[in-house]
Amino acid sequence: MRLHFSARQLLPIFCLCITLVACGSGESRVVQGNRDGILHYGNGTEPQGLDPHIVTGLPESHIVRALFEGLAVKNPFTLEPEPGVAQSWDISEDGRTVTFHLNPQARWSNGDTMTADDYVWSWRRALNPAMGNQYAYMLYPVENAEAFATGKLEDFAEVGVKALDQHTLQVQLVTATPYFIQLMDHYSTFAVHRPTIEKFGKATDRFTPWTRVENIVGNGAFTLTEWKLNRRIRVEKSDTYWDRDRVRLNGVVFYPTENISSEERMFRVGQLHYTQTIPLDKIPVYRAMENSSYVNAPYLGTYYYLLNINKAPLQDVRVRRALSLAIDRARLNNTVLHAANVPAYGITPPGTLGYQPPKLFGHDVAAARELLADAGFPNGEGWPGLELTYNTSESHRKIAVALQQMWKDALNIEVTLSNQEWKVYLDSVDQMNFQMARRGWIGDYVDPNNFLDLFLCAGGNNNTGFCDPQYDDMITRQAPRARSREERYAIFYAAETLLMEQMPFIPIYTYTSNHLIHPSVRDMPSNLMDSLNLKYVWLDQDWEAAQ
Amino acid sequence: MSDASITDIAQAEQGTSLWHDAWLRLRRNRLALFGLGVLVLFITIALITPWIAPYGYAEQNLDLGASGPSAAHWLGTDIFGRDLLTQIMYGGRVSLAVGFIATAVALLIGVTWGAVAGYAGGRVDAVMMRLVDILYALPFMIFIVLLMVVFGRNLLLLFLAIGAVEWLTMARIMRSQVQTLRQQEFVEAAVSLGLSPTTIIRRHVIPNALGPIIVYTTLTIPSVMLLEAFLSFLGLGIQPPQTSWGLLISYGAETMEEYPWLLLFPGLALTLTLFSLNFLGDGLRDALDVRGSRD
Amino acid sequence: MWRFIAYRLLQAVPVILAVITVTFFLVRVAPGGPFDSEKAVVPEVKAALEAQYRLDQPLLTQYAAYLGDLAQGELGPSFKYPGRSVNELIAAGLPVTAELGLYALLVAMVIGGLAGVIASLKPNTAQDYLPMSAAMIGICMPSFLLGPLLVLVFGIYLDWLPVSGWGDIPGDKILPAITLGSTYAAYIARLSRAGMLEVMTQDYIRTARAKGLPEWQVVTRHALRGGLIPVVAFLGPAFAGLLSGSFVVETIFQIPGLGRFYVQAAFNRDYTMILGTTVFLSTLIVLFNLLSDILAAWMNPRLRTQFSEH
Repeated sequence: MRLHFSARQLLPIFCLCITLVACGSGESRVVQGNRDGILHYGNGTEPQGLDPHIVTGLPESHIVRALFEGLAVKNPFTLEPEPGVAQSWDISEDGRTVTFHLNPQARWSNGDTMTADDYVWSWRRALNPAMGNQYAYMLYPVENAEAFATGKLEDFAEVGVKALDQHTLQVQLVTATPYFIQLMDHYSTFAVHRPTIEKFGKATDRFTPWTRVENIVGNGAFTLTEWKLNRRIRVEKSDTYWDRDRVRLNGVVFYPTENISSEERMFRVGQLHYTQTIPLDKIPVYRAMENSSYVNAPYLGTYYYLLNINKAPLQDVRVRRALSLAIDRARLNNTVLHAANVPAYGITPPGTLGYQPPKLFGHDVAAARELLADAGFPNGEGWPGLELTYNTSESHRKIAVALQQMWKDALNIEVTLSNQEWKVYLDSVDQMNFQMARRGWIGDYVDPNNFLDLFLCAGGNNNTGFCDPQYDDMITRQAPRARSREERYAIFYAAETLLMEQMPFIPIYTYTSNHLIHPSVRDMPSNLMDSLNLKYVWLDQDWEAAQ
Repeated sequence: MSDASITDIAQAEQGTSLWHDAWLRLRRNRLALFGLGVLVLFITIALITPWIAPYGYAEQNLDLGASGPSAAHWLGTDIFGRDLLTQIMYGGRVSLAVGFIATAVALLIGVTWGAVAGYAGGRVDAVMMRLVDILYALPFMIFIVLLMVVFGRNLLLLFLAIGAVEWLTMARIMRSQVQTLRQQEFVEAAVSLGLSPTTIIRRHVIPNALGPIIVYTTLTIPSVMLLEAFLSFLGLGIQPPQTSWGLLISYGAETMEEYPWLLLFPGLALTLTLFSLNFLGDGLRDALDVRGSRD
Repeated sequence: MWRFIAYRLLQAVPVILAVITVTFFLVRVAPGGPFDSEKAVVPEVKAALEAQYRLDQPLLTQYAAYLGDLAQGELGPSFKYPGRSVNELIAAGLPVTAELGLYALLVAMVIGGLAGVIASLKPNTAQDYLPMSAAMIGICMPSFLLGPLLVLVFGIYLDWLPVSGWGDIPGDKILPAITLGSTYAAYIARLSRAGMLEVMTQDYIRTARAKGLPEWQVVTRHALRGGLIPVVAFLGPAFAGLLSGSFVVETIFQIPGLGRFYVQAAFNRDYTMILGTTVFLSTLIVLFNLLSDILAAWMNPRLRTQFSEH
C-alpha cells in the first residue's frame, strides 16, 4: 500500500519528536532547588510511617527528626548535645537526677505551647507495651521504665519522670548514665501531641491517621506538606518552630531510593543533592574525579560474623581464633571494598567518644594454621564443614565469597555460603539456627557501652552463646560506678580484652558512611552517627565559584 | 521403459515418513538450522566444561579484580578476579540444566494429564480440565515468588516450581491432539482389538501427537530459562556459589558502566541460546505443519 | 453468548477462593514474621504487636476473620506501614502500574502488530525475517537486561530521556514502557504473523481478491479481523504477565507501582499486603481473561459454539 504524507503533515510530527527529546533535559532539580532553597534528599526505602513511637528505620528517622525535635539535639559537627525543646538541664551530683528546663518559646506546629506534661504523657505512650515501640529500651535508664515496659509495673506514676511545673521536667535515673542526654535526641523519646492523637483513637492505637498530612502536628523545624506514597515526601520550613530564624532551608523533599544504582544515576543527572549510599564499584570512579562529590567518613558501626559457640566445631576457642587470624582484612578492604572501610579487630569502633579498643591480633596465617592443628584439624583434615549465613545483599555476598576463598587458601577448609532472604535470616539468627552469621551493629548513641553490652549474658542481641559473669560484672556494675572517664574506659578496655580473647565473633570492618553530596550543600558535615540536623543545612547558589 | 525409469518410479513410490518430510523442510529453514547448530555447540560445551574450562571455577585473584578481555582471560574477569569465560561455562551448565529438566518435568506431567483427559473424555475430562483452567487463572509469577520466599531456595524446588507453571499449556495441547486422534480409525481398530487404554495411549496416541509436543517443548525451554533468570535477578533462584546466566546478568547489570563485559557476555550467551531455541521451535512448527491449537 | 459469560464468571469464583486460601496459609508458614527486626524485639512488645494484628489467634480463626473482612471489601491494615490500609496502598500503586501496563501494551500492539502483519505478507523473505528477528530480541532479552541497556544509552550517554521516576519529568514514561512492552511486542508479532498467515490462505480472501479489491484493502478489511483473533485472545494472559513482570521495570526505573509493593511485601512478610495484592491481582487477571475471551469469541463465532458444547 502506498502512503502519501506531505511535508505539512510531517512537520508537526517532527516538532513533537524534537519537543519530546528536548523535554528530557530541562532544568535539573538541583539547580531549581538551589534557587528555591529546597533540598532534594535521597532517603533509601519508603518510610513505614511517621509516628516517633512506632518507626524503627533510618529513612524514617530523617523525616521524623525534621518534623519533631527532642529535649536535646546533637550538634552535627561535634555530636555534643545542644538545647532542643529544653533550653538547659541540670544533672545532680550523683548523676541520677536530671532536670530539664523547657524553652517557653517551644511550640507545636498548631500553636500550642509545649509543656512538661507533654513529655510525661508521651513517655508513657512510648513505654506502654501495647504500643509495640521497638525502641522503648532507649528510656530504660529511667527508673522503673523497664518494669513498666515489660508489664511488670502497672502504675506509670512510679516511673521516674515527673512534671514539676509547666516547663520543668524531672527525670530519675536508675544509675548515673553519662550518655543519657544523647538519648534525648533519639526519636523514640520525642514528645507527641496528645490532643491530635486522641482525636483519632486511643493513645496506643497503631492504625490511626494522625500522621497524615492534614492531621499531623509536630514541634520540629519543618512541617509536613505532602506525602505521596513511594514517590516523595515534602516538608516545609515551620513558622512556629522556636529556632526558626536559624533555619536556612525553605523545604526538603525526601525521595524513596531503594535501588542504589538508580539513586546514583539520579544524583549524576542532577535530580538529587544527596544520596544515602553509593554502589561499591562506583567508589573508584568518584574518587578519581576532581572536586569529587563522594564523601567518606567513619560511622559508628561494626560489621562482624557471629559465631554460635554452642555448635561444633566452634565451641573450641582455638578454631574461632584460627578463623579470625586467617583472614586478611586489609586486603579485603583494599580490593573488594575499594578501601571504603576500616578493618576491625574488636567490637567497638575506634575513637568512640575517645575510646580505643584493644587490638589483640592481626593477619597471621602461620599462627592460624597452628591453632587449627592444635584443635584437631591439621591442614584442614577432618574438618566437618562450616556454614556462613547472610542476608541477600550484593556487598554481603562479595565479602562472603572473598573470605570463603581466604579460608580455603590459608587453612584448607570448606566454608559453605547460605544466602537467606532478610526475614528468614533474622529468624535464623534469632533462633540461633546458624553456625556463622553475618551481622552489623550500628550504635544508637556515642558510647562504648552501646557495643559492649551486646555480649552480656542476657543481651537480646548477643546471638553467640557467649556468657561470662566477669564480663557482665565489668559492664553492668563496675563501669557505671567509675568516677572518671579514664577509669570507665579502662574497665571497658579490660572487658573488651576478655571478650576478644574468647572471640565469640569475627570482627571484619568498621563502617564508614558513604554519600554523594552535591557541592552546593553546606553545613551538612559527616559525623560518627551520620546524624542529620537539617536546621544547619543551607544551599549555596555560588558553589561553583567556591570550587 | 528403461531400467532407470523403473528405478525412478520405484523410488518415487517408496514413500517417505512424516519425520523424513519434516526433516527435509527443516533443512531448508536456515535460521532453524543455525539455531540447531548453536544449541548443539552450547550443549556440548556445557557437558564437557569440567574438562575444558581454562580456570578453576572458584579461582580468585583479588589483586587483579575486574579486568577486561585479555590474552589470559578471553572474556575478562569479575570483581574477584575469577575468569568470566569459566563462569559463563559453568553458569551455562546450570541454566541449560534448569531449562531442560524443568521442561521435562512439565512435559511429563502435562502430556500424561492431557492424554488421560483427552482419551477418557466425559466426566473425567471435565474435572481434569477444570483444574487446569483454575490453575491457569492463577497469577503464577506471584505464587512462585511467594513459594521461593517461603520455602527457601533449593534447586529441586526451583525445578518443581517452574515445571509446575509450564505444564498447563502442554496438557491443553496434548488433550486436544488426543481428542482428534481418538476419532481416527486406527485407534478404533486398536480398541476393537482389545488393547488396554494404557497401551493405546502409549503406543498409538502419543507417538502421533508428538509433533506439537516437540514444538512446544522447544518453545517452553526458553521461557523456563527466562523465568530462572528472572528469579535469580530477584535473588530467589540459583544461589551462590552456584551460578547461572541469570545470576551473572544480574551482577553484571549492577556494574555495567564500570565493567560492561560482565553484563554483555553472559547476556550474549543467554540471548543467543534463546534465539536458537526459538528459531528451532519455529522451524519445527513450520516443518511439522503444526498450527497453534486452542481447545 | 450470555451463557458463555455466566459460565466463565462462575468459573472465576473457585479460582479466587483457591487463591486466597493458598496464599493465606502459604504466607503464614513462611519463617520470619512481620515484626522481626535486626535488634531483638522485647517479648512483651512483640506480643502486644501480634495481638493488635490478630496474629496470636489460631490460624483458622484468622482465616475466617479475613474472609469476613474481605466480604466487606476490607483488605486490612498493612503490617509494614501502620496507619495505612492495604486498600489505600493498592489504590496508590495500581494507577501507576496500570498506566505503565497500558503504555507497554500499546507499544507492544503497535510495534508487534505492525511487524507481524508486514512479515506475514511475504513469508520466508527478507520482509519476513527482518521484523521477526528484531521482534525476537524482545523475547530473548530479559527486561533486566534491556532496561539497563536502554538507560545507559538513552539516559546517560545521550541524555535524551530521564532515568527514573514516573510523572515527575516529562518523558520519563517512555523508557519503562518500551522495556516492558518489548517482550510482548515480540509475542504479538509472532501471533499476528501466524494468524495472518492462516487467514490469508482462506477462501474468503481469495474471493476478495477475485472481486478486484486492492491488496491493502484485502488485508485491512478482511484479513486483519480474523488474523488478529489470536492476538486478542493473548491480551488476557499478556495483561497478567505485564502486571507481574512490571516489578523488574518498576525497580529499575524507580516507579511507585503495585508490582514493587508486592515483592517488597513478600520480603517484609507484610501478610495483609501480600494477601490483598494477590487477591486483587488475581481477580483482575481473571476478569481480563474473561474479557479477552469474550472479545475473541465475538470476533470468531466458532469459538462460542466450542464452549457451549460443554
